[in-house]
This record gives sequence, C-alpha cells and structure tokens, in this order.
Amino acid sequence: MAAKKSVPAKKVVVNLPQAAQNMRVWKFGDDIDTDAIIPGRFLTINNPDELAKHAFEGTRDEFAKKVKEGDAIVGGRNFGCGSSREHAPLALLGAGVRVVVARSFARIFFRNSINVGLLPVICLQADKIADGSKISLNIKKGSLESDGKQFKIEPVPEFMQGIIDAGGLVEYAKGLKEVPVCTKSRQ
Amino acid sequence: MGATIVEKIFSHKCGTEIRAGEVVMAPLDGAMIHDITGPIAIQKFYEMGGTKVFDPKRIIMLFDHQIPADSIEAASNHVYMRKFAAEQGIHNYDINEGVCHQVTIEKGRAAPGEIIVGADSHTCMYGAAGAFATGIGSTDMGFALRFGALYFKVPETIRAEVSGKFQKRVGAKDLILTIAADIGADGATYKAIEFTGKTVRKLDMAGRMTLCNMAIEMGGKAGIVAPDKVTWEYMKGRRKMKSFALASDEDAKFAEKRFYDASGLEPQVAIPHNVDTGVPVSKVVGTHIDQVFIGSCTNGRFEDLAEAADVLGKKKFNPNIRVIIIQASRDEYLKTLKAGLIEKFVKAGALVEAPCCGPCMGGAFGLLAPGEVSLSTSNRNFKGRQGSTEGKVYLCSPATAAASAITGVITDPREV
Ligand code: SF4
Repeated sequence: MAAKKSVPAKKVVVNLPQAAQNMRVWKFGDDIDTDAIIPGRFLTINNPDELAKHAFEGTRDEFAKKVKEGDAIVGGRNFGCGSSREHAPLALLGAGVRVVVARSFARIFFRNSINVGLLPVICLQADKIADGSKISLNIKKGSLESDGKQFKIEPVPEFMQGIIDAGGLVEYAKGLKEVPVCTKSRQ
Repeated sequence: MGATIVEKIFSHKCGTEIRAGEVVMAPLDGAMIHDITGPIAIQKFYEMGGTKVFDPKRIIMLFDHQIPADSIEAASNHVYMRKFAAEQGIHNYDINEGVCHQVTIEKGRAAPGEIIVGADSHTCMYGAAGAFATGIGSTDMGFALRFGALYFKVPETIRAEVSGKFQKRVGAKDLILTIAADIGADGATYKAIEFTGKTVRKLDMAGRMTLCNMAIEMGGKAGIVAPDKVTWEYMKGRRKMKSFALASDEDAKFAEKRFYDASGLEPQVAIPHNVDTGVPVSKVVGTHIDQVFIGSCTNGRFEDLAEAADVLGKKKFNPNIRVIIIQASRDEYLKTLKAGLIEKFVKAGALVEAPCCGPCMGGAFGLLAPGEVSLSTSNRNFKGRQGSTEGKVYLCSPATAAASAITGVITDPREV
C-alpha cells in the first residue's frame, strides 16, 4: 500500500504556543514520574484547576503556590515516566504551564501532552537551562533561547504536528467522521 | 529480511507489510478503561463528538483502583462509568473481578496477535498472552473508544534472551528487576521488549505476566512473549480460537539483543526511589521495614501467593510488621482460598483484602506515614507512590516479601 499522509484536520484553533517568550523556568531533574507530578490520591479529581493545587505536592510544594500563568517546566531525561495518568499534563495545564522542555520524555506523557494541549519540547541541552531563568521558544525556527544562548530543539513527528495544529486531539477528532484505518503516515 | 513479532502483528492486522518506525492507524481488538482513567476518557469521547463506541464488545471496563469506593469522588466516578456502560451496552466487570490487567487476560480478552490498548501504563502485561498491548492516556482512549483505531509508531524490538535455571526462591520478578536495572528506566522508550529463550519458555503464564508487566518500567511500549504451548493451553476455555504460529524471525532486525543467565541470579531488590535500581538482596539484608505488601498486577496471582505461603511454612509473620496480602483477581482469590492459603496467611498475622490495586498506587488504603518503609511486590517505588513522599518503597519478589515479613527486616528468602 502506498504511504498516505495522515488525514489533515481542519485548522481550528492553535492554542499551543508556537512562540512563547520569557517563560520563567521551573527546573527539575531526570526521571520525573507522573506520581511526583500528581500523586495517586488526587486522581479522583478530573478538573485541571483543582489538580493544579496538588501539582508536585510533597516533592516540590512551592510549585503549586508560586507557579504563574505562562511559566515553563524544564526537566532532564525521561520526563513524565510511570503511570499513564493524563491528570499529570492536566495538572500542569491547570497551573498555567503551556510548555515542558526536557532532554527526553516518557512515551505516554509525550503523547498525552500533545493530546491535551501542553507542548512537550525535546532539547538535548535542557540540562544547561537554570532554575528561575527565562526561556523563549521559537518552534518555527526550531530553537530555544536561554540567557542569550540558542539551543536547538527537536522537531515533532509529523503525524503529531497535525494534532498540535488542530489544538489537541479533541479538536482534531471533532472534524473526523471516520479514520483511515491501516493507512500509513510519515513519521 | 525477517520481521519481529511486533512487525508481524501489525502487518497481519493491516494485510500489508509494516515495519518498525512506520506510523500506522491500526485497528484495535480491545480497549480497557478503569475507574481512574476512565472518567476522563469518556468525557473526551463525548467532547470529540462521540455518541456510540466503536464496538461495545471490544471494550473492557472495570473498577479496581479505588474499590469499594473510598471517597465520594471515587463513588461518583464509578456512577458516571456505570451509566456510560449501560448506555453503550458495554459489559462492566465493576468492582467484582479484580485488577484490570489480570482480569483482561484471564477473561480471554487479550489473545495472541491482537492489538490492544488500555488507559493504564501496565497494559503492556497482555504481551504475556502474545498480544501487542500498550498503555495510553485518556484522550487517546477517548479517540480509541470512538473510532476503534489509533496511530501507532510501530516500535523496534529489544530482544531479551534468558537462559539458565533459576535457583530455588528466585524467579520472574528477580529476573525482571535485573533486566530493568540493566536496560535502565528509559532504555526501552518507544521500543518493545521481547522476552525469549529457554528460561522464558519454561515460565508459566504467571511468570510471563510479571515480566511483561514491567516492560513499561524501562519506558517500553510493549512487552511480549511469543505464544507457545503454555500460551495456547492458557487460552483454552477463555477464548475460542485456533492456535497459529507467531514469532520473530531469526533474521529480523532487532534494536538490540541482550542475554541473561538466570542460573547465577540472586533474589533482587529495587531500592527507592527508582525501579532500575535492583541490587542483590544481600546488599540490603537487615534493612528496617514497616509494611509488606504482597499483591498487585505484577505479583498478585495464585502462584505468587503459593510461593509466599511456601516460604512462610508454619511460621508467623513478625508482629511489628503490617502484612497486607491482596490477590490480583477474584479467580486468583478463589484458588488461594481453596488451597487453604488465606487461612494460613490470616493465622500468621496478615491482613488479606479482596482483589484490588490496594496500596500499590497509594490512592486508596495502606498508605505510608512519613519515614515509614514498605517492601512491596508491586512494580513502582517512586517517591510518594504508596503514601508520604517521605516514605520509602523497596520492590521484590513474593518470596523475598514473605521471608522479610517473617523476620521483620529485608531478608534473603533462601535463608528462611
Ligand atoms: S495493581 Fe498497581 S500497577 Fe497494577 S493496575 Fe493497579 S495500581 Fe496499577
């Protein structure tokens, strides 16, 4: 079968930031798991704003108190590992975070983030970004600026770009009557 | 060039050759939701304009994380999901059957060659039944419920080949903790792990489930054991289907091959707060513990409890330790009950609960206070996973858990 492009969704809204300026950085280390982002005992909550009140509870208590709309999270390797709970990206969204930068992401968290409208950005030099510093993102140029330095960021897989352009998977799916089963997309 | 078992599953499903690295909208044989991730998935299904699920018979629904409802919020989530099940004609196992992954396999809802998704990271366990199964988030699940298909980047496969005979009191859990320490917490991200070799062939389904369950702890998209006699024997009475051949070709292209020798393997313990920290038990013998949990989808099967009971013998559990034992499902519970093990555990001082996730996720009961230490047969020891973020969780096999519950400190099960 010939490789077909994924069905393009109508461009509805772009609520993922293509360029976000001067975001204050909350820096985290390697292997930040979704239990740390939102502990299991809060998973009966489904509302992002309520979840946000408990983000990083017990591991970094000042986060929920001091995080501001437009702040960014920067992690190390394997950010978002562990449970598939979508409550994790939702809690961050509820806290006003729109961008998470990391050297690498755990698979489910990466995909969940794109699906709900939180932008995961892979930057191999994320370790060089300091806590409390400001970063600016330019997706189109494929770069991230931190303290006057430019870092390269990795492109998002093509089939996921369609979801980002739609503004998340819900918006992407709304326009579909059926899906092209077994067609291949370029990665 | 040959194909891996994962490439073959996708190729068969789509009737066209599909290779690792390709992105394909694959049809789903099953989709599993539970009480934690289900409510958001259903919400998303509606938000996407869904009215009817793709096929009610292919949806597996049950409650296991917070049962019986431990809060008004949990109870309300259950009500919401029951309503959805009734409206859509989905069979709901409700709170009666046990932990999602165990129930899915034992009810024959996962079979060789199938593609299954679950809104839970340990969905990779169905690889023990020869299925390609992976955990997804709730929005992806909303999409899956509506369309019965999902985009997959077909993963490359790491082949873990195991030879050698286990020593007494050493088994699948010790092996997977070793493999996790070797591959690392993100060493298999975006990849499948195929477990193979003579030692894996000799493992029963319970042991294979333990292996596949923890593929995600290395970031793995799926764990899988090629179906063989053991698998097909297990499928009998659970699923009407003829056996067929399904295995990786020897000349398939693997991401890498790793070899393990089970014969020299000591019992392993993963130390806090990561799963890839497995060390031989001898390194942590004598460590203080407050609570022992034997259960979860990783090690809550009859075989696990029989091993624990065997270690226990006629002894009693240490009265200073809280011992919590929970079967992974009602079927396993009944087997344990009929074998007289429950009476044995209760007499020895354990608290035996009805099948559910229990303290595994720190959501319901059995939580740790600050400073407390748990020794657990489950699959995660992240900070705060079982309660306080100032608590600690060590992971081990049922044999090591039982031995330690007797002495009151971490103990080598070969010496009890
Ligand atoms: S037993 Fe633990 S790991 Fe398994 S499904 Fe339940 S919470 Fe998840």
